[in-house]
Amino acid sequence: MRIATARRFDTSKWAAVLLFLPPALLLFTLFVVLPAGEAAWYSGFNWNGFGSPTRWVGLDNYRFVLENRAFGNAIANNLLVIASSLLVQIPLALALAVILAERFRGALALRMLFFLPYILAEIATGMIFSFVYDGNYGLLAAIYGWFGAEAPHLLASSSTAMPAILVVIVWKYFGFHMMLFIAALQGLDRGVIEAAKIDGATGWQLQRHIVIPLLYPTIRLSIFFAVVGSLQLFDLIMPLTRGGPADSSHTIVSFLYTFGVMRMRVGFGSAVGVILFVLCATFAFTYKRWFMRNE
Amino acid sequence: MSRLGCKVDGTAAFKTLFLGAVFLFVATPLLATLLGGFKSLGELRTNPFGLPQIWEWRNYADILLSDRYWKLLGNSLAIALLTVVLTLIVSSMAAFVFAHLRFFGREMLFGYVTTGLLFPAATAILPLFIKVRDLGLLDSYSGIVLPQVAFGLAMSILLLRRFFRDLPPELLEAAVVDGCSYIGFFWHITLPLSRPILATVGTIVFVHSWNAYLVPLVMLNNDRLYPWPLGIMVYQGEYSSEWNLILAFITLTILPTVLLFLFAQKHIVAGLTAGAVKG
Repeated sequence: MRIATARRFDTSKWAAVLLFLPPALLLFTLFVVLPAGEAAWYSGFNWNGFGSPTRWVGLDNYRFVLENRAFGNAIANNLLVIASSLLVQIPLALALAVILAERFRGALALRMLFFLPYILAEIATGMIFSFVYDGNYGLLAAIYGWFGAEAPHLLASSSTAMPAILVVIVWKYFGFHMMLFIAALQGLDRGVIEAAKIDGATGWQLQRHIVIPLLYPTIRLSIFFAVVGSLQLFDLIMPLTRGGPADSSHTIVSFLYTFGVMRMRVGFGSAVGVILFVLCATFAFTYKRWFMRNE
Repeated sequence: MSRLGCKVDGTAAFKTLFLGAVFLFVATPLLATLLGGFKSLGELRTNPFGLPQIWEWRNYADILLSDRYWKLLGNSLAIALLTVVLTLIVSSMAAFVFAHLRFFGREMLFGYVTTGLLFPAATAILPLFIKVRDLGLLDSYSGIVLPQVAFGLAMSILLLRRFFRDLPPELLEAAVVDGCSYIGFFWHITLPLSRPILATVGTIVFVHSWNAYLVPLVMLNNDRLYPWPLGIMVYQGEYSSEWNLILAFITLTILPTVLLFLFAQKHIVAGLTAGAVKG
């Protein structure tokens, strides 16, 4: 009897494996892994996407990408986005989380309001802010008007476009990090904090020496998401500037879209994609190895 | 130090001021967008912040009565729902195998699927376009849905597997004794018990698809299939400086997101943040 049960159950196991696993593996392989591999292959060709790739150019595409001034700008802009995430967004989120993790009237509503921008589409967010920044009708123009000053067209100047975009990024994403911190704060052992209070730690001291160190794992995670998210930034750029003026506000992905996809330069665009992938993967591996070993 | 630490009143006032400033920073653009849609163009120019002096209901009414708006929303809804349903089916099956069935190579396959967390769709968007084209799926819902499902699998499987593994193991043992097959167990026990996590994963996938821009942008030429983020960009191109109409249109397209957020905020917050916490 025992043997029969075991055998029948084994069949049941393999039936489940063979029925349940292939759809996921197939979809993932076909639409994620193969295209990634093909990007590496196509990046060696000069190809417009029609017929099959025949003009092998070796590493020329990578050279063209790396020598491109707009690509240099894009890399610099991505670094700028990362820097502003680390220096503005995450500290802001942390400060708000510490305040809003406590219970008081309106705390819950404020949390939700601050989180709301995160779930709005980047396209909609970008359009709302192209209104805010609009030199004729925008909110900023009105504020300048109160002081009798002529409003600047922030998005139309290559020196101000990127800073203006950085403000939008903070507006859209700080709420996500705030929520991560609030979730972590609520999971903290209240005993440690109460003990510190009994020992006389107050206000700022308590936050600085007790609470924030307890949040280090979450902060590390938050930095990870900020960097990976920054590297992929695209949607927000399109309604605001499309990478202009004079290619001053491209990110890596908006560069890829403008110079690779729109012109169907498959080899060139794939080379940009491979570079982006290498940046993401290198960052993810080193960061996990160095900073998130225990998690 | 003493200024912040000792005087309780000072700290409270500082907090209030800080929260007030952030509140204005977040809320002003949103409110101005909503209200701007109710103004005439002339009034928008002179009074972009305040309540409208004359409420131009027609701005909103015209959009709500247009086919265009509903077509865009319908496309977005169809794409998002198909993406959610397919993701839930495919990833819950795979997650079940990864959670409960031991066999040689399982961990390797799991590792393979979770590398998907490393691939932003943008890195391979051109080969993806060529693949979808060669499959004859350009200008179709499937050409958007299938890649979206594929790119969402890693995260969904990760979340579902964790939940499945945390279900009481006695259930599986009891079912085995009763002669229940694995597939039967999955269908009759695992899925009904997993409604909360399925709702959470479904909500995240829905929001991602609803907001998606790059994949539809690349896969669609025919504007009859445009989801709203593509459609709103076209609308802005046509009404370039009629900001009052554009603001009304933006408000009406983000309204569904805001409503979903109000009704499913528990799932959205849990999914988007817990989805992030620990892989």
